[in-house]
Amino acid sequence: MTPTLDIANLTKTFDGVKALSDVSLSVSRGERVALLGHNGAGKSTLMKIILGLIPADAGRIDVCGSAPGGPAARAKVAYLPENATFHSALTGLEQIAFYMRLRGESPKGAMALLERVGLAHAARRRIGTYSKGMRQRVGLAQALIGHPSLLVLDEPTSGLDPVSRRDFYELLDGLAAEGAAILLSSHALTEVEARTDRLLILSGGQMVAEGTLNALRRKAALPVAIQVSAINGYDVDLLRAFPDAIKLGNTVRLTCTQDDKLDTLAQVAALRDKVADIDVIPPSLEEIYAHFSRRSGQ
Amino acid sequence: MIERIYATAVTEIHIARRNRWVLIAVVLMVVFSLVLSAVGSAPVGGLGADRLSVTVASLTSLSVYLVPLVALLMSFDAVAGEVERGTLPLLLTYPVGRGEVLLGKLLAHSTILIIALVAGYGAAALIAVATDPAAVAGFGALWRLTWTSVLLGATFLGIGYALSALARRASGAAGLAIGVWLGLVVLYDLALLAAVVADDGGIFTTQVFPTALLANPADAFRIFNLTASQATAAASGVGAAAGALPLWQTLLSLCLWPLAALGLATLAFRRAEP
Repeated sequence: MTPTLDIANLTKTFDGVKALSDVSLSVSRGERVALLGHNGAGKSTLMKIILGLIPADAGRIDVCGSAPGGPAARAKVAYLPENATFHSALTGLEQIAFYMRLRGESPKGAMALLERVGLAHAARRRIGTYSKGMRQRVGLAQALIGHPSLLVLDEPTSGLDPVSRRDFYELLDGLAAEGAAILLSSHALTEVEARTDRLLILSGGQMVAEGTLNALRRKAALPVAIQVSAINGYDVDLLRAFPDAIKLGNTVRLTCTQDDKLDTLAQVAALRDKVADIDVIPPSLEEIYAHFSRRSGQ
Repeated sequence: MIERIYATAVTEIHIARRNRWVLIAVVLMVVFSLVLSAVGSAPVGGLGADRLSVTVASLTSLSVYLVPLVALLMSFDAVAGEVERGTLPLLLTYPVGRGEVLLGKLLAHSTILIIALVAGYGAAALIAVATDPAAVAGFGALWRLTWTSVLLGATFLGIGYALSALARRASGAAGLAIGVWLGLVVLYDLALLAAVVADDGGIFTTQVFPTALLANPADAFRIFNLTASQATAAASGVGAAAGALPLWQTLLSLCLWPLAALGLATLAFRRAEP
């Protein structure tokens, strides 16, 4: 089956500066893919090209089987811009009804859509009176219109409180289960870690890493930390057994490579009668992200 | 396509209503029309025309200034405002053409203009008919003034959209709009008159001058209305000097200008990268 979004060797240059060079990626039906990168890494440029708002210099892009920005692609793609803004004189209901009409949907469903994002109580108030989080939810509501095949979401959870974030990702899970392909960018690494199927890391306009979190973790081969709490007084024995370990307060911290993890644990387990507790701390997404971004010279 | 144009128009009318543009346009037209019909009532006996026809002649001179002004005020923000608010990129990812967006805005703004014109001209007509029963003879001229005012307004709405797309900033578009209004409505005529006086009946006056009048929508509007109601006697300046232009030419200019302006606006909007 062909992916919903398929991009190969995409290049874009602004006034001689390469914003994107040789970027390839694909997002399939029902897949939730996170696009990570520093500010200026090329995420928004990539999204604008997928939406057909700006043309690419070179490369092949296929959006739902057609060219980006054409009528066929636009009918199937929904977009949530970073910091979604709307005309302040319109009410939330009027704004959503307008977008529904543009997609050929009956505006009667506008209220139900606002209810779905938790804005029913403010539907008849002007958007000018909304908070940032409420505007973001109007943006989310418009992205849900008409069962899009591909959702392109630029930092969708910025400005949302933790509960709204959870609700938002539940909505996304539902859409993905119905077959929508989702590409979202974010700076909130921990939530992306739990809520997406695959990560793409963009750095300086280049795709520096791609894969599931576990695959990236293996590829980065960052050291694993093992934190051991000794039974009273035995920490000296632990430090003798592991000369590279560091004493941190009441615990002893060891580091080892991914491959040595089990051997190290076995060594610790051999000291069973001196150990009170043990924690294995895998490298965080932040560390993995920093590893790949730094490698490309960022 | 019709559905998307209609949806855009409905939204624009909501915005214009909330931003008081409907109210401002109506009040402007009514106040100026009433003032003119009060002032313009003096010379009725001398001309031997009915009172409404004289009012229409005065309203024509008023509308040449006011209709383009109101149209530009409503339209200068159309594209630049969307760019500044950041609403344009999202709108352009929807399955709606840029031409459809402009047509929707044009439909809404024209409707508001029509409401304002009917209120203003209607108030003036009511006063004329109430004080002079013979004034009903002037209804033909009033009807002609109304639909030509709509065409003139549509032209300047289109010009406003084009400026708005070119400027990309609302403040820049406002400046350009004021410049175009001054240029086409005020300075253009002054320049032509100065040239005619300097030329003293030469080639400019006989060849270039009539074409120059047709090329300006405001002049075409004024001359069409004054010639059609044979009211050139009540007019002065450029209007009086242009009795020689055939009616069909000014009518053609009036009808072509809205199309040309909208075409220009669409071209400018297509070029704008969000």
